[in-house]
Amino acid sequence: MVKDTSFGSRLFDGINITALALFSLVTFLPFLYVVVVSFSTSTTLIPKTFSFEAYKYIFSADTFTRSLRVSILITVFGTLFQLIMTSLMAYSLSHKNLPGRSVVLLMVLFTMLFSGGMIPTYFVVKATGLLDSLAALIIPGAISAFNLIILKNFFQSIPEELKESAKIDGSHELGVLFRIVLPLSLPAMAAFGLFYAVGIWNQYFSAILYLTDADKYPVQVILRQVIILTNGSIGDTTEIENVPYYGNSIKMAVIVIATVPIMLVYPFLQKHFAKGVLLGSVKG
Amino acid sequence: MEIETAQVMTIRLKKEPLWKRMWKERWLYILMLPGVAFFAIYKYVPMWGVLMAFQRYQPHLGVMGSEWVGLRHFERFFSEPQFWTLLRNTLYIAILDTGVFFPLTIILALMLNELRSEIYKRTVQTLVYVPHFLSWVVVVGISYILLTTEGGIINELLALIGMEKVQFLMSEFWFRPLIILQMIWKDAGWGTIIFLAALAGVNPSLYEAARIDGANRWRLLWHITLPSIRSVVVILLILRLGNFIDLGFEQIFLMLNAMNREVGEVFDTYVYQVGMQQGQFSYSAAVGLFKAVVGLILVVSANWLAKRLGEEGIY
Repeated sequence: MVKDTSFGSRLFDGINITALALFSLVTFLPFLYVVVVSFSTSTTLIPKTFSFEAYKYIFSADTFTRSLRVSILITVFGTLFQLIMTSLMAYSLSHKNLPGRSVVLLMVLFTMLFSGGMIPTYFVVKATGLLDSLAALIIPGAISAFNLIILKNFFQSIPEELKESAKIDGSHELGVLFRIVLPLSLPAMAAFGLFYAVGIWNQYFSAILYLTDADKYPVQVILRQVIILTNGSIGDTTEIENVPYYGNSIKMAVIVIATVPIMLVYPFLQKHFAKGVLLGSVKG
Repeated sequence: MEIETAQVMTIRLKKEPLWKRMWKERWLYILMLPGVAFFAIYKYVPMWGVLMAFQRYQPHLGVMGSEWVGLRHFERFFSEPQFWTLLRNTLYIAILDTGVFFPLTIILALMLNELRSEIYKRTVQTLVYVPHFLSWVVVVGISYILLTTEGGIINELLALIGMEKVQFLMSEFWFRPLIILQMIWKDAGWGTIIFLAALAGVNPSLYEAARIDGANRWRLLWHITLPSIRSVVVILLILRLGNFIDLGFEQIFLMLNAMNREVGEVFDTYVYQVGMQQGQFSYSAAVGLFKAVVGLILVVSANWLAKRLGEEGIY
């Protein structure tokens, strides 16, 4: 590239770099503040003392540990389940000569444009016996149409010859899937697995919609009770009767705990952004 | 030789009757079955269940047994003053989304694209992508902690410089700015990914040629960079238009309280309130159906318009 070193160009660079630095800082600061306060006991503006008190309290409180266990459980099993469901369907749809394929694809695409809505879906979840069970947080969102189509395209991009040769060697469809297609798609599978995991870990609304038993609440629901509902003068008093008041450090510690798992997978996710697993296929 | 066998094979394939071909691929259908069952049960049965919007639905009678009432729920919805409030609130947020958030992601992507240092670019990207992975509960929770009048750092700082505390969380005025700020904080960085991918595909020789012709950086931006992401912008705009009606439901739901309900209530929060909390299933299903139909019309017409203007659509 020819280097442009004119004054205007340098000024442009300077402003650009500064503006982006500011934006990153503003993005990062609130988070840093939360982490810092969670490790302190003081209630002053700038925390001075370092302590684990808030975390000790959280891990000794039943409500928190129970909700954490629930979240971990549904995230692990839910991700596996959703990934298997998605890849099985994506694999069979990746066969271009399969009779009926286009009908199924059309059926999938249409769900991206139109849906029955919250109330009818609630009754279907109820009718299938999932109400008040943790499966209600996993099964109704088993396959994301968007992920399915991108994964299908990814499978299609695997050379036909590889699949054919495995078949000539006497492999079954399942054999081709597990011995050829999946091993070649590991980066994509990792990315989708992590996306599904983040989705399940973060979901809040399905939990309050489908669960009534507070013992089954995942960590996001507890987090909301701790922070938002205990915020003194906020209106909806019906829900806060049984919620004790929590100090600032404890609130922030809960935020940190609800976020740590995501921060742990983030570096692994990050690797895949650049590879464009999810990009280049905005169109189905 | 090879070509000949291929031809023979395709001819044979075509001659085979449909059921035989399907039988040959039976394993693929078995693999597909769980997924198809999922879409049928959790996506298509609710679409049929939405018929309850035209009934006086009673859970023990089901959609088959409940009494039909025609368009009564829709008539009620359109005649309620609440309808206009919901429409206005949804439109406001949609306008902020398309008018502020969306252009901002494009600008941010262009800024990142202009950076010359790869390391600096990666660092900024890493930092601004992170909030996308936080849940709305966490984002709204952090906002509460920072903005509360009971010791929130923003209000403490305001007090420190001698200003009055502001009830950010319980004010009608601050509701929309907060919603859009949260959206920007959480997703503006993430929104750049798709543009950056498109920008990475631009042929560098285009820039070289323009520079030799004496173009400065603004002209390069205007004549090469922007046109190269135009079709991506159009596609994303169509997708956003289609989704705007159920935009940010969880976020808005979490930000709502008794003091800002007037400006904050949107279709979905209303559906939840009258349907799940007050038990008016048919009426709320009607509101939901109205919302879904408007969404469908918006995508289809945006797509049609994009094609008329010579762009690629989403289908």
